[in-house]
Amino acid sequence: MSKTDSLQGSLDLLVLKILSRRPGLHGYAIMTAIKDRSGDVLRAEEGSLYPALHRMEEAGWIRARWITKENGRRSRIYDLTAAGTKQLDAEESRWQEVISAVDRVLRTV
Amino acid sequence: MSLRSRIANVFRNDRLSREIDEELRSHIEEGIARGRDPVEARRAFGSALRQREHSRDVRLVAWLDSLRADAVFGWRQLMKRKVTSAAAILSLGLAIGACTAAFRLIDALLLRPLPVAHADNLYAISFAGINPDGKARSYDSCSYPMFRQMRAAVRGKAELIAVSQTGRVDLTYGSDQEMEKAYWQSVSGWMFRALGLRPVLGRTLTENDDLTPGAQPYAVLSFDYWTRRFARDPGVIGRSFRKGDSLYTIAGVGPERFTGTEPGIVTDIFVPTMMNAGAIHSANSFWLRILVLPKPGVAVDPLRAQLHSVYWAFEHERAKGFVNYTRQDMATFPQDQLLLEPAAAGVSGMQKDYRRSLAALGVLVGLVLLIACANVANLMTAQAASRAREMALRVSIGAGRLRLVQLVLLESAWLALLSAAMGGVFAWWAAPFVVARINPEFNPARLVLPADWRVFGFGTALTAAVTLLFGLLPALRASAVKPALALKGGGQPHSGRRSMHVLIAVQMAFCVLVLFVAGLFAATFEGLSHQPAGFSAERLLALEVASQAGQPAVNWEQVAGHLRTVPGVEKVALAGWPLLSGTMSNNHVSVQGATPGSVLCFFLSVSPGWVDTMRIPFLNGRDFRPGDAYPGAAIVNRTFARQYFGGADPVGQSFETVGAKGERTRLEIVGLVADAQYRSLREPVLPVAYIPFRSAPEQSRRSATLMVRTASQDPRALISILRQEIPRARAGFRLSTAFTQESLVAAQTVRERLLAALALFFAGVALLLAGVGLYGVLDYAVLQRRREIGIRMALGARPGDIVRGVTAEVYWMVLAGAGGGIVLGMGSAKWVATLLFQVKPTDPAMLLLPLATILAVALVAALPAAMRAVRIDPATMLRSE
Repeated sequence: MSKTDSLQGSLDLLVLKILSRRPGLHGYAIMTAIKDRSGDVLRAEEGSLYPALHRMEEAGWIRARWITKENGRRSRIYDLTAAGTKQLDAEESRWQEVISAVDRVLRTV
Repeated sequence: MSLRSRIANVFRNDRLSREIDEELRSHIEEGIARGRDPVEARRAFGSALRQREHSRDVRLVAWLDSLRADAVFGWRQLMKRKVTSAAAILSLGLAIGACTAAFRLIDALLLRPLPVAHADNLYAISFAGINPDGKARSYDSCSYPMFRQMRAAVRGKAELIAVSQTGRVDLTYGSDQEMEKAYWQSVSGWMFRALGLRPVLGRTLTENDDLTPGAQPYAVLSFDYWTRRFARDPGVIGRSFRKGDSLYTIAGVGPERFTGTEPGIVTDIFVPTMMNAGAIHSANSFWLRILVLPKPGVAVDPLRAQLHSVYWAFEHERAKGFVNYTRQDMATFPQDQLLLEPAAAGVSGMQKDYRRSLAALGVLVGLVLLIACANVANLMTAQAASRAREMALRVSIGAGRLRLVQLVLLESAWLALLSAAMGGVFAWWAAPFVVARINPEFNPARLVLPADWRVFGFGTALTAAVTLLFGLLPALRASAVKPALALKGGGQPHSGRRSMHVLIAVQMAFCVLVLFVAGLFAATFEGLSHQPAGFSAERLLALEVASQAGQPAVNWEQVAGHLRTVPGVEKVALAGWPLLSGTMSNNHVSVQGATPGSVLCFFLSVSPGWVDTMRIPFLNGRDFRPGDAYPGAAIVNRTFARQYFGGADPVGQSFETVGAKGERTRLEIVGLVADAQYRSLREPVLPVAYIPFRSAPEQSRRSATLMVRTASQDPRALISILRQEIPRARAGFRLSTAFTQESLVAAQTVRERLLAALALFFAGVALLLAGVGLYGVLDYAVLQRRREIGIRMALGARPGDIVRGVTAEVYWMVLAGAGGGIVLGMGSAKWVATLLFQVKPTDPAMLLLPLATILAVALVAALPAAMRAVRIDPATMLRSE
């Protein structure tokens, strides 16, 4: 529970960042990437990951397409769009602001 | 993506769900492939359904999706009850269609602005006053000299345009034998410029075409006529045609949508007013309407006052020449008021004749629509009640009230939409159908009925209003369901019935009102069509014959004589014009040298044998002889004898007519005949003097009417033969128009016939709807109270008590409604009084008939429910619960 909470507000940022580095990931790979890159600290639950993906898709930040895997199954993979790149920049700088603001509070109080 | 894709996703819902499911499934499989425990992987997802809902809501417009889902559900609900849905759609569709058709007619005739610049700033001059008998009168004709003075007086403040009434004339593009009919309107040359009308071909008329009497024989064709008559041939410019003695040249073709200033008549040819040369300088010829176009910023009221003072001074001066007026009459003449009425939609006689009729019809069909709405509302309420459990279930699993309102409203919207589609088809057919009924054969109405955004907008607004009207109440009721009570079963046994009862009362009131008004119209038509004409119109043809050059009476008699030899012709006589054609000639009459009274005598010139041909009985004296000529002998009717001779036999006496300059003409009465209607069926018989067709000294005529009594039941069959025989009888004569005397009589009652037929039709529809509505409510009441009835019967109630219990309440509503309807009817009677003829709205028969009818219908409608109530078997009923 605490692990999901720590993701509050930053899930979009993480997904966009991961897709900017490694385009063409499907939902499971994104989930794994968040888990692995954060050294198992952060976890995106399926229940919030997919609505977030679909929301970002509707917002036009990411684009989805279907590919067929070697086993014949279809898989839905995601790429960043130009709008998504812009959004990533915005989210990143907002995140930095929040971090430094929290940091300031921690140091001065 | 974004909104468009989200809207698109609403309509490919299944595919969307499948894709989401597939993506989630592939996720789980991926996890399992990577060594995750299958059960754990699935559990991590939680409820798959919820997951899908969540993603779906993101990927489509949620409210639109719910709308779609409810629309589909509503459609299924309708399809589940095909018969009731069809009945509802049929009744609503008929009512919506009738309302839309009524709107089309009212819009086309009275509301739609003329396709001219500044239509909203266009006014027409009319005059209002009071007749000697105390009735209000109004008219809108002016003379040219009056128009000229008015125009000069307000120059700079307003432009005045003179337009004649559009008339049907004979003209030819070739020889005399190729005469054809066209609708002809004389207009001020500057009309086209003032109204911003540009030619599609050639030029329009200008001010210069309208300066000198008879000097500029140029004509502008209407676009409609150019299309019909010349198939849009650009070569018509410069072509000429002849009307009477004048040769006209076609100067241009008017703009496409402009069909003249008279809704109900499509003008074919426009000519300058100056071409009506004979009337230009006559202050006594009233043949013009005046349109007024105030300049920007000019107030209408001072303008009206100024025009009135010009009118008053002009007419006051003219009255000084009246020979039959007393000094005091002259001093106060004229007493009428000049009015400026808005004329955005043009001015026409048809507007005047049908304004109130159409409004009355519009109200009638509106009431029928309300009755139909009440029916459907009751139906929906009953259904909502029977679906109370379903609604309760929806509420308890979390449906919002608004969503329930939406659910029920969408079902109503389906009904309304289907009805509107049906109504549209009905209106498309019905409006021209009604116009076609306003169709005396010699002067058919042509009302341009465009089906454009105005009509479409009205239909859409009406449909939306109707949906809310019958859908909102049931929707609110359905959403107000109390889940606990409803799911427990039963709950409020009387719920819903009160509003249904109120609707029944309203329905009955409207139905009685419709019946009452329809009864008045039917009685009016009945009375008028049985109004004795005083002559026999059977097998009688009226042939309007023209000759290019004026012909003396003896030549006319030769033509009449020749037609008598045609097989199938029984009798032929000559007359100036047919009776009941609306044409008239009148004068003041002096008996024994006395000052003429105020009652006018009407005249008609007829040949020997005319009285016999018309089958008007002779009361005394003799017919004209071939040697009788005007002035000299006269035959008078009984009313004449009563009016001027105190009822004494006037044969052998004489009287004098008094001319405009006071000159007297002496006439000796040689015969007395029975009364016959001269001008109209709806007025008391006028005093009439028939005078000889032949005059001495001989005066030539260019037109006259041959009255032909035929042997055949269908006199029309003879027309083509007579058309050939007339030129053969004597060169130079030709048949201009032929119609039956019966059609003239029928034309007198065209409006009444139309009103009566349509009102009776809608009264029938209203009655049917009210009956069905009553049946539905009673049936529902029995169904809802079957347990109570079962218990009562088990306790020994008699069938009579049961029936009374079920129907009493509803019957009180019927009575209350009927009473209300009568009150409404009495209130509205004054408003339709001008459309009635010899019918008193307070006549007990007029009141009792609708009441008796509605009560009879109520009885019949209650029968099935009563039978059903009585047949309830207490044992089965109680066991089932």
